[in-house]
Amino acid sequence: MSEGGSRRSDVLRLRSGVLQAIRSFFVERDYIEVETPVRLPAPALELHIDAEPSGDWWLRTSPELHLKRLLAAGHSRIFELGPCFRKAERGTLHRPEFTMLEWYRGDADYHDTLAETRDLVIHVATEVLGVARIQRNGTAVDLSADWVVSTVADAFTSHAGWDPVSEYDADRFDLDLVGRVEPALPDHLPAVLMDYPVEAAALARCRPGPPAVAERWELYIAGLELANAFGELTDPVEQRLRFTECSEARKRAKKEVYPLDEPFLEALESGVKPCSGVALGVDRLVMLLGDFSDIGDVRAF
Amino acid sequence: MFNASDLRKGLKIEIDGQPYAITDFTFTKPGKGQSIYTCKMKNMINGSTLTRQYRSNDKMDKPQLEQVKLQYSYQDGDDYVFMNDDYEQVSVSSDALGNAVNFLVEDMTVEILYHNDKPIAVELPIFIEKEIVYTEPGARGNTATNVLKPAKIDTGFEIQVPIFINQGDIVKIDTRTGEYVERVATA
Repeated sequence: MSEGGSRRSDVLRLRSGVLQAIRSFFVERDYIEVETPVRLPAPALELHIDAEPSGDWWLRTSPELHLKRLLAAGHSRIFELGPCFRKAERGTLHRPEFTMLEWYRGDADYHDTLAETRDLVIHVATEVLGVARIQRNGTAVDLSADWVVSTVADAFTSHAGWDPVSEYDADRFDLDLVGRVEPALPDHLPAVLMDYPVEAAALARCRPGPPAVAERWELYIAGLELANAFGELTDPVEQRLRFTECSEARKRAKKEVYPLDEPFLEALESGVKPCSGVALGVDRLVMLLGDFSDIGDVRAF
Repeated sequence: MFNASDLRKGLKIEIDGQPYAITDFTFTKPGKGQSIYTCKMKNMINGSTLTRQYRSNDKMDKPQLEQVKLQYSYQDGDDYVFMNDDYEQVSVSSDALGNAVNFLVEDMTVEILYHNDKPIAVELPIFIEKEIVYTEPGARGNTATNVLKPAKIDTGFEIQVPIFINQGDIVKIDTRTGEYVERVATA
């Protein structure tokens, strides 16, 4: 077998180990693994996420809305591992089809799920590598050291010279995030950006100010964006308003507008307890653990 | 016009009237944010480099570029005269040709890149053969290739050749580096 071929079979073994370790972590913590529909009549409305059509319906861009319906139905610890699809996203860190891990916990806030994410990352690394330490582009990253947590307001003020929380500018936010803030994150420790401008978190709960912020965090390991979490928005009125605003924004941007997910909104109306959920890119986790630079290297096909 | 989704390594775009070739391209999409296309590029006229970030809705101008095959005929003062496929004479100034003037050989086919009908780059054959018109006599029998001395070719350009090369020898030269490759014939 060629060298490339054996690296290939090693990565599938690593990947399989990661999937097993994720499952064992959640099962030990009394979570149940669930499967929700992949093909949907009403994918989640986000300004910058486009769904792949499938007949008259669409392929899911995330299992989020269905998982929240299960929370409304009374399940308080659930996780799902499976494919998600996003149109026209292709690069060294993106594939139009990728594998997502999402988990939701009732009676937990976004600080609790951050602590749990740290436990998960350490558990998976220890299971597959034997140590909670990885090598990334020649730098050792200690996953079990204290994670560096900064607010979006602080990170932008330090590295981009302005505060998007007090005054939001959508265009500048994305450009400076990619061009200035992300490159300044530490490369030898996991780093977390927390408390986003309310405009930059469609499904997150807002914490009244001042300053008002969305309960959202993003995890970066060695500069690679790995996971996103919300203190989930559970107010049905606010959620319907945000979906409607997002539909209008998509219309203005000449993007396809998806129907509102009415069963999801009804589930919120029936009452969902405060909760927090995390979405983690499994392909990227395998990239980090195996020190791969292209997402295509860690998928079998 | 190009759209952001057309961007890729090797694409040529125009910024402020200057043609740029994209040398490195990354697609990033911060969580929940819009797609950002980061392009490193090289100015095709002066070689300077530039990094720019584009968003999905941005449009890029398309440079008007044309690659023309020409056959070199003769030098006419500061101009160099070539023949195109239709046997018409085309004059190109020495400024536009740059270092390439040192390696022109009669009847040689070159490719000239035009931007808005102005020549901006010349592509020569990688190897050419030239006669040495002057060099100090070498030590007979010294076949060392690591000891070099200056030698002039007929365009007046000076290259470094091994010590055993004599006036009148024909040598092969790499036009990308201006370096001696091997001796083709002895005087």
